[in-house]
Amino acid sequence: MLKKIIFFNLLFSTFIIQISKSAESGGMPQLNPEFWISQIFWLIISFGILFVVLSKFILPKIRNNIELRKSEILDNIETAEKQKTEAENTLKNYDELIRKSKNEAKNYFNDARKKIIEDIEKKKQTLDKEINIEIKKAEAEVAELVNKAPEKIQKIAIETSSDLIRQLIGEEVNNSSISAIVDDLYKKNKGKYYGN
Amino acid sequence: MAANPMTQFEVYRIGPEIKINQIDISFTNASLFMIISALSILLIFNLGSSKKNIVPSKIQLLAELSYSFISKMISDTAGNKGKPYFNLIFSLFMFVLFCNMFGMLPYSFTVTSHIIVTFFLAALIFIGVTVIGFIKHGFGYLKLFVPSGVPLVLLPLIVVIEIISYLSRPISLSVRLFANMMAGHTMMKVFGSFVISLGIVGGWLPLSFSVALTGLEILVAFLQAYVFAILTCIYLNDALNLHH
Repeated sequence: MLKKIIFFNLLFSTFIIQISKSAESGGMPQLNPEFWISQIFWLIISFGILFVVLSKFILPKIRNNIELRKSEILDNIETAEKQKTEAENTLKNYDELIRKSKNEAKNYFNDARKKIIEDIEKKKQTLDKEINIEIKKAEAEVAELVNKAPEKIQKIAIETSSDLIRQLIGEEVNNSSISAIVDDLYKKNKGKYYGN
Repeated sequence: MAANPMTQFEVYRIGPEIKINQIDISFTNASLFMIISALSILLIFNLGSSKKNIVPSKIQLLAELSYSFISKMISDTAGNKGKPYFNLIFSLFMFVLFCNMFGMLPYSFTVTSHIIVTFFLAALIFIGVTVIGFIKHGFGYLKLFVPSGVPLVLLPLIVVIEIISYLSRPISLSVRLFANMMAGHTMMKVFGSFVISLGIVGGWLPLSFSVALTGLEILVAFLQAYVFAILTCIYLNDALNLHH
């Protein structure tokens, strides 16, 4: 407690001493007019130089810089937007191109398929025609063979019967008589062997 | 014991005595700090404006931010008509700010703690604004003293009050800046001398006060420069856009 009182006493006494001292020495130097004119003179000079140099040289430069930056940023944004639309257009063109080429590819494929199918069809038809001709030829041959068959059979029959007779009776028999008999038999049995 | 807290405001001659027709215009410590402030402003803003980078460097950013700060302040208070006075208000704000800030350096001199300096600046603004007002509006500028919608009986009283308030503008403007700077620096000096007189045992309390006051004073230094500039803008607005 005593310490505290001494501390505050000291604090206030020094404060009071300070104030009384400053009062003794004549108070504020600000009110001493000795250097007023000098201060105004140097204020005019320094502030005047500051004002003139700032407004003639420095502030216009700063203004220019700021405006330059603004305009450059605007320009950049404009070009960026232009490039963006360009890029979009290019993308569209690209998509269009791809779509077209896909269509073309499809068309080519379809054409090729059609051609191949047609080709196959044509070849099949020609092949069919050839086969038909071959079949007809073969049929004609068969028919010829069928037509010729009785004569040959008659000849064979005549020969075999003459051979048979010679061996059976040991005597030559006239061929014409045998053929007459064979003819007769053939006519008799024609319906039996070749009829349906 | 401790030094007188007012000795920091004393003006003394540096170099020889210069007299023109019995008028003393010697170079003093006040002149020195005015020149230092002006030159450092020019140096900083010259560095900040010499390069034309699209992405600004730090010092360029400082210059451009201050530019747009003042520009916004003017357009907010005085509108578009205040644009032509930008250079003056910018110089004024920077000069007051730098003088205040240089005053915060130990062993330096605070130019703006002298009533004659602040009064001269305020008078310059007052006269300038009044001249602009009369040029823009002729004698119609006197309508500033006659607010609309006031009863006829009260009018003489109101006009007198308005005239007094108008004429006290330079005084309030100058005294505000001067008193703030002087009071702050005196306080700092007093607390500083407490530190010495109380010694290592009791000196810590005033020392902590001193540290806090330093921060406060830097704030005040900026704030008073801002107030000085914005009041100039408001007075200019009265002269440019008469709307009473």
